Amino acid sequence: MDLNYNEEELAFRDEVRAFLDETVTPELRDKVRNGRLTKQDMENWHAALNARGWLAQNWPKEFGGAAWNAVQRHIFEEEAAMADAPRIVPFGLSMLAPVLMKFGSKEQQDYYLPRILSGEDWWCQGYSEPGAGSDLASLKTRAVREGDHYIVNGQKTWTTLGQYANKIFCLVRTDPNAKQQEGISFLLIDMDTPGIEVRPIILLDGTHEVNEVWFTDVKVPVENLVGEENKGWTYAKYLLTHERANIAGVGFSRAGLDAVKRMARAEMHKGRPLIENPHFAARLAQVEIDLMAMATTNLRIISQAAAGQAPGVESSMLKVKGTIIRQEINDLARRAAGPYALPFPSEAVEGANEPPIGPDYAGPTAAHYFNNRKLSIFGGSNEIQRNIIAKVKLGGGR
Amino acid sequence: MNFELTEERRMLQDTLRRFLSDRYDTATRNRILESDEGFSPEIWEGLAELGVIGALFAEDQGGFGGAGFDISVVFEELGRAGVVEPMLDTAILGGGLLAALGDEAQRALVEEVIGGGLHLALAHYEPGSRYDLSRVRATATPEGGEIVLNGAKAVVVNAEAAGQLIVSARESGAADDPGGISLFLVPAGANGLSLRGYPMISGGRAAEVTLDEVRLPASARLGTAGEGFEPLRTAIARANVALAAETLGAMETATELTREYLLTRQQFGRPIGTFQALQHRFADMLIELEQARSAVINAAGNLEKSPDFRDMQISSARNLIGRVGRLIAEESIQMHGGIAMTQEYELAHFAKRITMADHRFGDTDWHLERFLELSAA
Ligand SMILES: Cc1cc2nc3c(=O)[nH]c(=O)nc-3n(C[C@H](O)[C@H](O)[C@H](O)COP(=O)(O)OP(=O)(O)OC[C@H]3O[C@@H](n4cnc5c(N)ncnc54)[C@H](O)[C@@H]3O)c2cc1C
Repeated sequence: MDLNYNEEELAFRDEVRAFLDETVTPELRDKVRNGRLTKQDMENWHAALNARGWLAQNWPKEFGGAAWNAVQRHIFEEEAAMADAPRIVPFGLSMLAPVLMKFGSKEQQDYYLPRILSGEDWWCQGYSEPGAGSDLASLKTRAVREGDHYIVNGQKTWTTLGQYANKIFCLVRTDPNAKQQEGISFLLIDMDTPGIEVRPIILLDGTHEVNEVWFTDVKVPVENLVGEENKGWTYAKYLLTHERANIAGVGFSRAGLDAVKRMARAEMHKGRPLIENPHFAARLAQVEIDLMAMATTNLRIISQAAAGQAPGVESSMLKVKGTIIRQEINDLARRAAGPYALPFPSEAVEGANEPPIGPDYAGPTAAHYFNNRKLSIFGGSNEIQRNIIAKVKLGGGR
Repeated sequence: MNFELTEERRMLQDTLRRFLSDRYDTATRNRILESDEGFSPEIWEGLAELGVIGALFAEDQGGFGGAGFDISVVFEELGRAGVVEPMLDTAILGGGLLAALGDEAQRALVEEVIGGGLHLALAHYEPGSRYDLSRVRATATPEGGEIVLNGAKAVVVNAEAAGQLIVSARESGAADDPGGISLFLVPAGANGLSLRGYPMISGGRAAEVTLDEVRLPASARLGTAGEGFEPLRTAIARANVALAAETLGAMETATELTREYLLTRQQFGRPIGTFQALQHRFADMLIELEQARSAVINAAGNLEKSPDFRDMQISSARNLIGRVGRLIAEESIQMHGGIAMTQEYELAHFAKRITMADHRFGDTDWHLERFLELSAA
């Protein structure tokens, strides 16, 4: 057993650090910290990574990917989070692409994969519906074959960044008479097709990051079907195993914890830095202790994956523990900000040239705390993850 | 022993609950949240007409209540309806200090407050003071027959709407000395007074207040020179009862919304409330809600006791409600799933009210520390 990176891995980390040093400008970092990235910022970030050959980290070389192993991906994710770099928008790169590589036709691979790399296509994920959340297989959006088209009717919801997307991959019901999981297909749809309407959903922190997507008699060419009709559930589940990569979010937690420490050194409580206050310090220490152990759990599972073992319940465990830790850190940040967590910062109030209200770190803390309640809801809620763990370990018996 | 509300208080509760369920629905509240003023003058007028503001003052102050249980009854209802109107700031903090300390001319303003015609704000906490009540750096310096104020005040809730600000400033002593703090009435628009206003994440508005050579006549002083600390402590104690009761009310609504959702939301062909994993957690919410209710009763019922005993009770309530509030806000969101993350669905508002209450007059940890100090004494 050796808890350290080997020489090769260390060299790789240095390379990543140098790249991040150069690419993440102070302006960009501030935007990331305040949650104010624009579409252009995200596109620029993808372009910078692509220029370096580091955008498609999990793709094999033959498709233009970096073909990084699990440890390399982990190193990048952690370093990028610590540097407050923007996140890679995952829908095309790490969700759809693996499905196309495994189940898509040669034509689909040749057409779509390069467009994901170049940024020509921005994909969003059309899985959830108002009535189908945790129970995804109950989805109702209907696709009926008519000649060489499917006619799609229905509604998707919670579509992250759908307002920026020109493409959506959707789970649709093609056989209403089959058993739920057996009547679902996987369709690629152009967002410009007549009959599609995107309506914003404003989240509780005032942000517009998700949408409703409505389909009324939307004509989709049959060649946009991935794999076989009515086999979509298999592809969907395959995709979800990729969605769960980096589920632990160790890098985000480390970066978050560092930020809380910076805040707690600056905040004064009864004439002393807050970080010296035993109650606050104890809260901070407990999360840090949890994070240290979780980081090692994460690495243990990553090395198993690198050795070719498919993660089982471990990824559910990492999802639950990882999100609890991240949410706890968000809670600490809000507490550390004290009364200055109350102001609701916006461009309108602060303007481009106005100083922040209160200390600069305080403004976004409450908004981040509320926004990150989503972590335990999406990507398979923490209750669903616990169900999976229990079912595997208790044999599904009642 | 008797845990029943008096007849008068029950009537007040009923009338207020009916008024708010008629007039303060989700659509109205969302409109108010997005308005430039951050509150509704019509609702305010309605509350004044109902006597809600009067209920927060004693008879010799021109009201007909003013005791701890009057405060808790009113604020629990305001909390249940998710009201963002600045009752705490105008009536409890501002009005309370005027009524307790004012000379005849100043006390005349209380009547205006009760009638709904005057808003107030307390400009006391400062950048860097966090929740420390005695940390005042703003200065008051006599000059000729006048007093000159200088300094900065942080997150002054309702400052923009206030016709008068009650400003604390130091006349003597070190930065964290309880002695030497004085209170002054500063009219809106006074020379040298500037406000930088902004909305708050849980509704309502506040401002950063700067005092730059604000000149006041000696008659602007509220109470005795250098002896502002104890009255401030009392005003904040009353505000803590109000805030705890408001949070209790908001928790009741969050819990009720969660109950309804567990019964109606279907996944896997059945209501999600049939999953035992959620049932037990909902049961825990109910258990903790009763703890919170009792904590508010302890705080309200001991409001007229000696300051240290009173504050010990208050800090115990605020600590408990801080913990329970976090549980109820987070569990309510979690058990709703995505829908709770939206601005439009009203649970989000209640979760924010509950959570952000922990950022005024001391948070959960601050009150734990205070409880330790006072219970050891
Ligand atoms: C910010 C955000 C972004 C999202 N982005 C996308 C996206 O881009 N594309 C997309 O397709 N979807 C997206 N989602 C949707 C997300 O996947 C769903 O919210 C999630 O699947 C939960 O579904 P639900 O919200 O309908 O909650 P429900 O499934 O209704 O769950 C409500 C509650 O019941 C619990 N529950 C449900 N079933 C059980 C059970 N069997 N046992 C115990 N407890 C149970 C849940 O854990 C939860 O606590 C996003 C959601 C959010 C909040």
